[in-house]
Amino acid sequence: MARKITYQQAINEALDQEMSRDQNVIVMGEDVAGGAGSPGEQDAWGGVLGVTRGLYHKHPGRVIDTPISESGYVGAAVGAACCGMRPVAELMFVDFLGVCFDQIFNQAAKFRYMFGGKAETPVVIRAMYGAGFRAAAQHSQCLYNVFTHIPGLKVVVPSNPYDAKGLLIQSIRDNDPVIFLEHKALYTMEGEVPEESYTVPFGEAAVVREGHDITIVALGRMVQKAQEAAAELQKAGIHCEIIDPRTTSPLDTDTILESVEKTGRLIVVDESHPRCSMASDIAGLAAERAFASLKAPIRQITGPHAPVPFSDALEELYIPSAAKIVAAAKSLKEYR
Amino acid sequence: MSAIYPITMPKWGLSMQEGKVNGWLKQVGDTIEAGQEIVEVESEKIAGAVEAVAPGLLRRQLASEEDVLPVGGLLGVIADASVADGDIDAFVTEFQSNFTPAGEDEEDQGPTPQKIEVKGRKLRYLKRGEGGEPMVLIHGFGGDLNNWLFNHEALAADRAVYALDLPGHGESSKDVGEGSLEALADTVADFMAAVGVDGAHLVGHSMGGAVALMLARRHPARVRSLSLICSAGLGEEINSAYIDGFVAAGNRNALKPVLADLFADSSLVTRQLVDDLLKYKRLEGVGQALSTLSGKLFVNGRQSSVLAQGLGALGKPVLVIWGEEDRIIPVAHARALSGGVQVEVLGNRGHMVQMEAANDVNRVIARFLG
Repeated sequence: MARKITYQQAINEALDQEMSRDQNVIVMGEDVAGGAGSPGEQDAWGGVLGVTRGLYHKHPGRVIDTPISESGYVGAAVGAACCGMRPVAELMFVDFLGVCFDQIFNQAAKFRYMFGGKAETPVVIRAMYGAGFRAAAQHSQCLYNVFTHIPGLKVVVPSNPYDAKGLLIQSIRDNDPVIFLEHKALYTMEGEVPEESYTVPFGEAAVVREGHDITIVALGRMVQKAQEAAAELQKAGIHCEIIDPRTTSPLDTDTILESVEKTGRLIVVDESHPRCSMASDIAGLAAERAFASLKAPIRQITGPHAPVPFSDALEELYIPSAAKIVAAAKSLKEYR
Repeated sequence: MSAIYPITMPKWGLSMQEGKVNGWLKQVGDTIEAGQEIVEVESEKIAGAVEAVAPGLLRRQLASEEDVLPVGGLLGVIADASVADGDIDAFVTEFQSNFTPAGEDEEDQGPTPQKIEVKGRKLRYLKRGEGGEPMVLIHGFGGDLNNWLFNHEALAADRAVYALDLPGHGESSKDVGEGSLEALADTVADFMAAVGVDGAHLVGHSMGGAVALMLARRHPARVRSLSLICSAGLGEEINSAYIDGFVAAGNRNALKPVLADLFADSSLVTRQLVDDLLKYKRLEGVGQALSTLSGKLFVNGRQSSVLAQGLGALGKPVLVIWGEEDRIIPVAHARALSGGVQVEVLGNRGHMVQMEAANDVNRVIARFLG
């Protein structure tokens, strides 16, 4: 059986293999080395949760700790990418997007278009996202929909270790700016990951489970919730098909629509807020292009339109649960 | 005479935890011979049929179409007409109350693949069974040791059976060197030496058959017999659209129609099979390996090496098995063979005959080896 490693190790391995393959790949961000340059440097921590641990010593000079200034180092990464480097900048928590958004959406995302296709910006911006860590409203958001809205950015939301490694390698090799989002709660998830380098292409959804009654499109950590729900629903004789888009931009609309045409029922599970979300985007897609196949209303299961609460009890209620998916699926199956 | 036999969900491969019932081929009350196919079952990787282990009447169907059962779960019951209904019900009740599905974390996963370094190349292999005259299973172009999923355990009933990943395939090193049949055959011979197998019965599928033939020519002392399944190396024709399509396909939509040519029943091409092959094809070095091999072995749409003439001169027992509907290498290659070669053609089966008609293939090989 193939080797099993965690989501976190898969990300580390992807960075390591790409840094070995291409000297232009550098890693930069707050504490990504962690202690580098100080007397305790052999204890380099490797990022706030240790994802980049070990890279500093393997790739001397190419894992760069930056000041706490997202606008500064994200801008520097974008500039370095324009000049031929392949920087992987870590934004730590995606919630810090606000202070460096201009560098991303008005600079990196626009260069190829505004310079007539002559400029390339092969920068990757990694960030942690998601609720469930008791990290409160400023460190728990799911902002992939914000990036997805902006043409010129590619947005990656891996749900498992295999995809995390292959999609990160693809992100580093891609010649456009890529936002690579890692759910904190998935870091310890184990899965089979080949030792060799490999890529997973953008815009290719994974069909995680096949079924003919209901299509569940789920992103990131929500894929696990959908799998729990589908296992439960199977016992009730309801066969769910689970689709993990893997990238929200580009989005594999064909795989989603083909599935909805087969099942006639759609649930979208998205951990972010409901308004202008991936859930509403995918629901709109199906309503517009698969309307004739629908046997029941489309259901969106998301967090509420409210900041993520700090209270344990409230945070658990905030996150879409398998139970909510099960209830929605049963109501769709019974509709008419 | 009054024995009661359970029919249970089989375990096809290491990762199989549960299977889905696709449909019953026999109904309650039907008379059943041992070895007859009774119920069709599907894992996430492949669909197949469960055989009766003993003769009798099919007395109970305990799972319906679409039901998902854990491995080892009770599908049905076979017993003579003389067994009372009450006894059968008691058997079922007892079975169900004693049955606990094997958890994913449990140790009892059976043998697991190993890796061995052979002349600078890492080769993955899986050994099943012990003793006897050993056997080596050699997969075809783009395949891996999992191609023997339905054969390996059955063939290993009374001998040690090794299935390996050829260079460029599965989890073995992706360097195929010059990509010639000679080089592949030498690698398999080196592998045999490394695992301490002096002489073995070789079973090769497709390109693996040609590798086995070449091995018998170059290292005759290592070969006791040859079982060649839909084998390359016995004629010039080959479906070059398949080879080229397989090498070129970069996504599901491109690969799926290509794979349909592998089976007589193309519904056997499951999404999982396509996804697994895509994962393999996306590994660094695989594209290069497949191009090198196809450029060497299948030139201008023809097979470069035809070894059929030398079969008799090898002085080894040779068995040739073919699926009549093979759309990759024509069955005519089997029918053209003569003199001392045992040829078995299985109707209504395709190129992956060892998967499509696993039970038949296993029996033919077992009989051939005596």
